[in-house]
Parts: sequence; structure tokens; C-alpha cells
Amino acid sequence: MVTYIIRRLIGALLMLAVVSMVTFSIFFVVPRLAGVTATDFANRYVGRAATQETVVEVAKKLGLNDPVVVQYGRWVKGIFVGSEFDYGSGVEHCPAPCFGYSFVTKKPVWPDLLDRLPVTLSLAVGASIIWLLAGVAVGVLSALKRGSLFDRGAMIVALSGVSLPPFFTGLIALSLFSYGLRITAPGGAYTPFSENPAEWAYNLILPWLTLAFLNAAAYARLTRAGMLETMGEDYIRTARAKGLKESTVITKHGLRAALTPIVTIFGLDVGILLGGAILTENVFSLPGLGKYATGAIAAQDLPKIMGFTMLAAFFIVMANLIVDLLYAVVDPRVRLA
Amino acid sequence: MKKRTLVVAASGAALALALSACGGGDSTTTPTGEAAPAASAPAGPTGFNAGLDAVTNPSDKKGGVLKMAVTEDWDSVDPGDTYYGMSWNLLRIYGRPLVTYNPAPGAKGRELVPDLAESLGVASDGSKTWTYKLRAGLKYEDGTPITSKDVKYAVLRQLDKTTYVNGPTYFNDWLDLPKDFESVYKTPDVNTDQAIETPDDQTIVFHLNKPYAGFDNFAALPATVPIPQAKDTGIKYRDHVLASGPYKFDKVEQGKLYTLVRNDQWDQATDPIRKALPDSYEITLGVQGDDLDNRIISGDLHVDIAGSGVQPAAIASVQQDPELNARADNPIAARTWYISLNPDVAPFDNIECRKAVLFAADRTSLQTAYGGQLAGDVATSLMPPGIGGWQKIETYPSAGSDEAKAKTALTACGQPNGFETTMTFRSDRPKEQAAAESMQQSLAKVGIKLTLKGFPTSEYFTAYAGKPSYMKENKIGLATNGWGADWNDGFGFLSQIIDSRTIREAGNYNLGIKDPAVDALVDQAFAELDTAKRDALWGQADAKVMEGAYVLPAVYAKGLLLRGKGVTNQFITGAFDMYDYLALGVE
Amino acid sequence: MSDNFLDVKNLKVHFPTDDGLVKSVDGLSFALDRGKTLGIVGESGSGKSVTSLSVLGLHKGGRAKISGEIWLDGEELVSATPEHVRRLRGKKMAMIFQDPLSAMHPYFTVGAQIIEAYRIHNKVTKKVARKHAADLLGRVGIPQPDRRVDSYPHEFSGGMRQRAMIAMALSCDPELLIADEPTTALDVTVQAQILDLMRDLQRDFNAALIIITHDLGVVAELSDDILVMYGGKAIEYGSAEDIFERPEHPYTWGLLGSMPRLDREPTERLLPIKGSPPSLINVPAGCAFHPRCAFEGRTGGKAGTEVPELAETEGGHLVRCHLPREERRAIWANEIKPNLESA
Repeated sequence: MVTYIIRRLIGALLMLAVVSMVTFSIFFVVPRLAGVTATDFANRYVGRAATQETVVEVAKKLGLNDPVVVQYGRWVKGIFVGSEFDYGSGVEHCPAPCFGYSFVTKKPVWPDLLDRLPVTLSLAVGASIIWLLAGVAVGVLSALKRGSLFDRGAMIVALSGVSLPPFFTGLIALSLFSYGLRITAPGGAYTPFSENPAEWAYNLILPWLTLAFLNAAAYARLTRAGMLETMGEDYIRTARAKGLKESTVITKHGLRAALTPIVTIFGLDVGILLGGAILTENVFSLPGLGKYATGAIAAQDLPKIMGFTMLAAFFIVMANLIVDLLYAVVDPRVRLA
Repeated sequence: MKKRTLVVAASGAALALALSACGGGDSTTTPTGEAAPAASAPAGPTGFNAGLDAVTNPSDKKGGVLKMAVTEDWDSVDPGDTYYGMSWNLLRIYGRPLVTYNPAPGAKGRELVPDLAESLGVASDGSKTWTYKLRAGLKYEDGTPITSKDVKYAVLRQLDKTTYVNGPTYFNDWLDLPKDFESVYKTPDVNTDQAIETPDDQTIVFHLNKPYAGFDNFAALPATVPIPQAKDTGIKYRDHVLASGPYKFDKVEQGKLYTLVRNDQWDQATDPIRKALPDSYEITLGVQGDDLDNRIISGDLHVDIAGSGVQPAAIASVQQDPELNARADNPIAARTWYISLNPDVAPFDNIECRKAVLFAADRTSLQTAYGGQLAGDVATSLMPPGIGGWQKIETYPSAGSDEAKAKTALTACGQPNGFETTMTFRSDRPKEQAAAESMQQSLAKVGIKLTLKGFPTSEYFTAYAGKPSYMKENKIGLATNGWGADWNDGFGFLSQIIDSRTIREAGNYNLGIKDPAVDALVDQAFAELDTAKRDALWGQADAKVMEGAYVLPAVYAKGLLLRGKGVTNQFITGAFDMYDYLALGVE
Repeated sequence: MSDNFLDVKNLKVHFPTDDGLVKSVDGLSFALDRGKTLGIVGESGSGKSVTSLSVLGLHKGGRAKISGEIWLDGEELVSATPEHVRRLRGKKMAMIFQDPLSAMHPYFTVGAQIIEAYRIHNKVTKKVARKHAADLLGRVGIPQPDRRVDSYPHEFSGGMRQRAMIAMALSCDPELLIADEPTTALDVTVQAQILDLMRDLQRDFNAALIIITHDLGVVAELSDDILVMYGGKAIEYGSAEDIFERPEHPYTWGLLGSMPRLDREPTERLLPIKGSPPSLINVPAGCAFHPRCAFEGRTGGKAGTEVPELAETEGGHLVRCHLPREERRAIWANEIKPNLESA
């Protein structure tokens, strides 16, 4: 088990290295192949009044003239040993892990990421709990009452949930609940949990529900399908033959098996979400990683994009590992080696 | 234009027009200490466009929190590193330049009034030397006195464009800097007195390398907001800008939030311009556009700092909802949306073929594409009205199209049956896509077949439409384009987009205007000291561009802005074509 | 009321489907006493499994239409509440399912599954239940039961699993035990062991045992009575001796002919019944078996039109066939039996 985890961790590191190279290539190598020069790059990070000389200077300062391999090497080095940044009136040391300085805001990327993480974490954790509970509950009821009015209704709602993007449901919810009924916080509101938990929850409830709606729908459908399959299994009949109450049959025997694939997907979904719920964060103007990423991409702020990508990739890789470990716990037939 | 910048500065010209009694040139205007709000009608006007030339909801009541928001962060709150109109407008609540714009509605807002300085600049040496004297009793938020040396340091500091990449370069270009001066950081010991002198702590003298009659416009740049050298932390200064105005930064969370509270070291007695009504400012960054509009409509927010107008959804609401309509203002902005024609690509090397496009393009349809009447007026030239020297050019249709003349031009060009070419647009801008499609349809009527090609905004000017070599190689004849003035005169609006000598390898907004006659007019305008004559020259240059049919002007942009609920003294300033942020208060 | 421990009277289990009414069980009656074994034999779809499930009240929920009477120890179950039947399940009547790999929950240990079954009906501590589970495992012949209690089903061999399954069914000393194809998934030697085990256990517990199988061989030695089902109906019902020595229904003959026997040479061919089981939606008119019956021509045309009655041929031996009794006996004696023996 321990060797398995160590092996997987090494694999995860390799994966992150590959992700970093691919991301770096997408933003540094591919444009170069398309004929974008170092000064073209630098042009993005200077004001509109910049002269050609300024652009050349900035390109030099940002190290854009160096071969891509050198730039990548510098980036990797920063992560392990930190790097230096000239902010005009002095030089600052950015300690490891240093994911570089934003080309635009001139801020070290890593503290920014850590600063945004709690928002995304709050959003992801709250929403995922809601969607897991709601999705599974609806899915189970739907499965047990297959063909009933509830089932049909729930599946129509679920279909709409899966199909409607958060920038639609989110805006509708905002205008309805925040601006119409005035029972929820307007967009852009976020209070750290440590400051005021009640306000934290109040501000996040609408984003949670919006995001949860999207995923709860998918989970309801998955759970329903899983339950229908599981409840037809022989071991369910065995459980009934023992004289178990139907509720125990469903929750202990049926749900346990039906939830296994859901746990897998849930782990991955939360992992992906920790990298930023891009649409939801943008709709609700939440200063999380997703919002950070869209801003970084719009500004072509490569160090930010790299930093964000690495963090998101890290979460996904870790989620994968955790899910695999969890799977072995849930399903005794799975043995890790 | 490169950024979502909406920088508009009153020119000497505007000043002259507004205050014709004072005459042009290097005159000094008596400081108009009594700012406009109090002067307007007590009740204040209401309704659509009420804020265009009058103060709405006037009040002197102090207190409250003024809540502002913006969809994205702007470049910087560092006065030496910002090129956003909204930022120039806003920063005056925490920073005081030597000179600033009169907080008054409409054209009166373009008047320059002394701020840190006691009076407007005193010119000598044929407008090459400008002297300002600071008011007495000025202090930073930490209680230290503000001296003229701090103003000098602030101006010199931002000349370092590799550190402060964002700001304008006017001082770089016009100050008589010593040759060995590089930056305040690299060459701290070089004597810069030949550019800026500070004979005492109250006096500052600027020496230019060529005469400029409108130097007060430079003195109004945020670059003159004082920064003490001891407090300069380079690029990190934006984390805490030392306040000279009535408000100081409390929370600075870049990309998320700024809050400003009263600066108790600011003395009303030193400041005849600011009323400093709210107790604090709360500025939220990164608010989703539609949500921002909704919050202003509902009253959760007071002001959209960007000042560039509401989102399409809210435009529709304003059109339909009379109550909302009464809260809206629709100012014309110093910005033109246009389509560049590329004479590097056949058959646009022939003026007649260019003319054919200008005649065939359906102006009404283009106006609709760019958002309709609320979003802009049909443009007849590059330079927008409101800029000195503007004249309506009637050569081409200002509504619909003129197919007959287009066909005549095509025949003259030797392409009676039309031709084929490619047009680029910014694919992530629906309005530009609509404009390109409108062009495709109207040009097809005279046989000109357009292939449309969209590129992302982020690369549009650096790699595609702004890169002449790319456009030539790929035979792209037309490109959507847009430009906003830095500077509310011909200099500020036109010099970057019609002067062929400013065309760079990439990042251009001028694709096809490479006309020696235009360049000559630009040179003349630079050299002309008399503002009225200079304006006339810019007007001629504008006309010359149209004569050469190098661009197809589409619309003069207009913004649709919403006044906040419970906001007092809200009006559009002619300086920025958005709400003036110095005068605002909350009920 | 009924005198027998288990008395099933005119049981009908019908499932309405989109394609029509599926008559899985259509008027079935049989009886069984404590300590006795009934073998229910038939092909897939003959209704044998549905019969056993409906005795336990496990026929599929609300969709099945069930009628008739099932008397168990003086109680009628068809009209009893589902909750009442649930309380009897596992305790009074238990079931041993076929294919224990799928019939046991893969996520729970064998012990946990037995403990669960025991604790539903007995208010005992987990510890006591665990001891009981280990005892049971030992009793069904699982070595090192204290350790194996904590094993998962997939860690058992097929035969062990079947033993564990039996242990689970026995956990509450049921009075009626139904074994559904208890040996189907097992190889022949293990089959024999399991059958021995069941016989021993039945003797020890004095339970009424129903063995459901498609294989007459399985019930040959175990059963007191045998019920042969075809198309949801009983077509022959009698003592094991009746069925093996004096079978009167052509279908039973067919089953006997297709029965693999240890005393046969492996090279010898079985005698399969031609054709395939009938559709339960469109049951053939008349005798359900007639399309496959080699002697259909000797019924004087009745086979295809009239449904034969299940009639007593002698002393509790019931047969559902149009052929006259004498003719059936003659065919058996002269045409079938010699064939079976020589084959």
C-alpha cells in the first residue's frame, strides 16, 4: 500500500511536469512557431504609449528573448529555489515555491493563488456537499419510484440542470433572489469563513446552489441509473430474503454499491472544481481561482496562467490518487498493488 | 485602441473654446474655486440625459459609503503607472495633481483648475518653461508636508517606462532631460535640473525641449501627483499609494477590492475643488458585467467606475423601462469605431476601389451593428465631434449607402464587376462581428465579395490586424478598428493613428494611412503654437484622411451610463465623458 | 386453514407487460410438511423460481398480480401485509440462492452478512452474532470459521460460497428452506458435497425443504416429492418414486432423458427435448407442451385445442396429459424406459 502510494506520487509529479511543459509550450512555443516574436509578446505587457525601445527593454526584462528552454528552466528553478524580481526601486527575493511574477500586475503569482484558494475552496466544498446530498437523494427516490410523476419531473429538472450553464442559471437566480426577492446576497459578495461564518454562508448560498444545481442534476441521473442497476442485483434480493426492512435494503445494500462509481466521479469533480469554478465564479464575481484564471487568460498573463494551471493540475492529480485509494476502501474487491 | 482606456483630456483648444474670453495661448485662468455643484439649480434636473450638462441630485450632505465597482481591475492605482480614463478620474480622490479638471458638467468639466498648485502654470521662454507654485499647508496622509521636490520626483520616476509600462509618455517626450539620465533608479545621481527645477519647496519649474502652449494639460496628468522619494517602493508602490487627497487607502486587495477612508491630514482649506462628501469608498473589482448593471439598477452599487456604458442586457432594459430610462445618460465619447482599408493589398492600392467600399458600406446597418443609436452616431470622419477642429465631412453617405457612386468608383478602379478580399474582426467582440457581417452584405450588393476572418482580441493588434506584414502577406484588405482619445484634441486623438511614421512592426491601429500630405499636416500641427490654428490643421488632416479614403469611419461611440440610486452630485464631466468622481456623495 | 405445514393453492403470479400478460405461474398447487423435501423441476421460464419467490413475498413488488393462497404453518401469506411477510422472511422461511457470487453482497464480509441476517430476527449483541456466524460457517463445513468470518465473498471458492450462502439461510433456524438451483454454478464433485450437506442439515433442522432445479439429477436422491413445471403450470406431481419409476408425462420423460448421470459413459449422448420453452405471453393453445410433444398425434387432436386437467393417475400422482393413462404407461414401459436404460 505504501509503495503503491509512493509510486503514484512519483507518477503525479511526472504528470505535473508534463502538464507544465505542455502549458508552457502552448503559451510560449506555439505562438513562436506561428511567428510571434519576443517583442510581440512584450507588446502585450506594455502601455499603449510604449515606444519600440520600451517594448524591447520590457522583452529583455521579462526574459522573453531567451530560448524557450531557458525560460522554462528559469520557471522551474523558481519553483524550487525561488527567484529575484526587480521592482524598480529595489530587488525582491521571491521564496520557493515561486511561480514567477505576473507580467501585468508585477505581483508574485503564488501568494495570489493562495489568496484566491479559500474562495474556491468554500465554493467547491459547499456546493459539492449540496449537490452530492441532493443529487443522490433525488436519484434514489427517482429510481425507487421509477416511472412515477416524481421520477419524470425530477429527470426533466435534472436534464435542464445538466443542460443549463451557470451563467444562465446564475444570472436568473441573482436577478430573482438577490435583486427581486432580496433574500440572498448580490453577486460579488464574499466574506471569509474565519471572519463571519454566517455571512460567509449567506453570501455563498446562491453560488452554491447554482453550481450544485448543475452537478446535482448529473448526480441525480447517475444515482438513478446506478440504483436501478443495483436494485436489480441478486444480492439485493438476498438482502430482502433475509427479512431486512426495505429502507435498510436500499440504504445499506443498494446505495452502498450504487454510490461507488459516484464517489469516484465526485472525487474527480471536486478536484477539478478546486482548480476554479470558472463560470460560477465569474457570474457571481467571486474572487476565486476560476476568476483569477479568466482574468489571467484575458490579459495573456503567462506566469499567472502557468501558476493557475499547475495548481489546478495538482488538485486533479491528487483527486485521482485519493479516489483510487478510496475505491479500495469502498470496494474490497479492489486491491492496490 | 489598445486598452479599454477611456482617457480624455481637455486640450488647450477645448479650454480656449470654453473660455474664449480669456483667449488662447499661455494665458492663465483665474482659479474657479467655487466648483459647479453648488452653482446648479437646488432641486437638480432629472430624466434621460439630465446628467449631461447639469448636476443631478445636488447636495452637500456628508457621510455614507460610496460603492463603486468595475468588471476588471485597471492597470494600476499608482498615479505614475496608469492610462485608464476611469483611473485618471478616480485617482483624484486620493491624489492631487498640480492641475486638474473642474468638477462640472459637460464642457465646463474640461476647464483646467489648479489643484496642488495655487494657480495654473505661468509660462515663460516662449512656452518652453512652466512654473507652478504649490499651495501652503499641503500634507500627505502621514502628516509630512508635500513639497515641490516630491512632484519632481513623481514626474521623473514615471519616466522609467520599463518599470512603469502603463502610463503615457508625454513627459518623456517633452521634458528637456539630460542625455545621461536613464531613470531615477538607474541614474539617481544625474542632475535633472535642466528638466525640472525646484528652487524651493513650494516652487516647481518645468523646462521643455520644445514649446507647448497647452502644458497645463500635462500638469493635469496623474504623473504630477506627488510621491516622496523615501516612500517610493517602485512597482510595489501601488500596494499603498500615499494619499495627498481627501481619502487614503485602507484595504488594497489587488484584483478584488479597494477601500478608501478619510485622510485626516487633508485640509479642506487647501482644496477649493473637492467637497469630500462620502465617509468612505468601497471599490469592488472583477464584478461580472450584467451583475454590475443589475446592482446599480437595484441600488446595491452606486457607480460603474469604467464609465464606458452598460451591457447589452441593460441597454435593452433602459430602452423599455421608463423609470430606468430616466436614470440614464448617453454621452458621446471621444472614441471612433472604424474600418481600416489596406492599400498594401490590391486592389486597395487604387483609391477608386477604396472609395467604392466607402460608398457601398451601409452606414445605418453599421450603426446597428455597433449597438444602435444609443451606442453611437454615424461617423463621417475619424476624429469625433467635440474635438477642436472637427467638421462634418459630407463626401460619403451618413445614412444607408450609395450604390450608384460605389459602382462608378468600381468602374474607375477597373473592377466594374467587383472583386474579392478578406476582412478581419475581433472574434470575441460580437459588435465587430456584426459590423463585419454588415460589410459583407452591403459590399456584396456592388459585387465586392468579403471573406470574414475573426481573431481574438488579445492577439488582434500584436499578431494580426495591427501587424502590417501579416496583413500584406495574407492579403487582408479590411480590418475593424477602434481608437479613443488620450487627449481631447487632434494631437491626442489623431497623432497615433494617422501619422505614417508612427507605424510599428506590430501593435498598430493605423493600417493604411500612409500619406505624405497627412504627415505634413501633422508636422504643421505640432509646430503650430496657436491653438485655434492648430485645431484647424488637425481638422484638415482629418479631412485629408477621408479624401484618401484610407478608412471607413463607422460610428462615434456613445456610452449609456446609469446614475446610481441615492447618489448626489452626479453628472458627466466633459473631461472624461463619464461621471465625475470628485463631486459624488451619497444621500 | 390447512393441515400441511406449507400449502400452496391455485397460485397465480401474472405480470402485466407492454407485450401482454405474462403468466409466470398459472394455477399451481402443492403441499409440503416439515422434514420433507419437495423438488420443483423445470426449464428456465417454467415458473419455478417465481413460485419460490412468491412464497417468500419477493416477487417483483407492485407490478405482479398474485392470487391464490399460500398457507404457511396456518397463516395465509398472499393476503398478509408485506410487513408481516417480511418478518417471517429469514426467520420462518429462508432461501438459498443460486450463484452466490452475485447473490452475496461484494462489499460486506461473509460474516457481516450472516450476522446481519441473524440480528434482524434476534436481539443479540454483535459479539454473540459473530460467534453464531462462525459456528454456522463451521457447521456448513468451512474450515477455520473464526478467521473466514472476516473474508469477503470473492475470497471464497465457489463451493465455499455456496456453503456460506447456506449458512446465511440457516442463521435463524428457518422452518421452510427454499434452495434455488443450489448447485448449478458448481462442479460435479462439489455439487455432491453440497447436496450431502443440505440433506444432513435438513435432517438436523427438521425443516421443510424446497429444491428448485432444472436438473432432475439434483433432486433424485434428496426429494420426497417432485413437482414438474412447464409453462407456469404443474404437469406432473408425485413422489420421487412416481416420477422416476413411473413417470407419465412426455415432458418428464424428456427431462429424464436429458439427465446426465454418473453411471453413464461420458461419450453417450443425452437425449434433449426438441424445441424450446414456450413463450409465457403466447402460451400455445391446448396443452402448452404439445408443439414439442412426440406423442401429440396420439391425443386425437385434443392437444392443440383443450388444456388438459391435472388429474390423479393413482395415489397422489398427478399428471396433466391428454394421452389416456394406459397409453402413457405403455409408452413409458415400451418406448421410453428401455431407451433410457440402453442409452
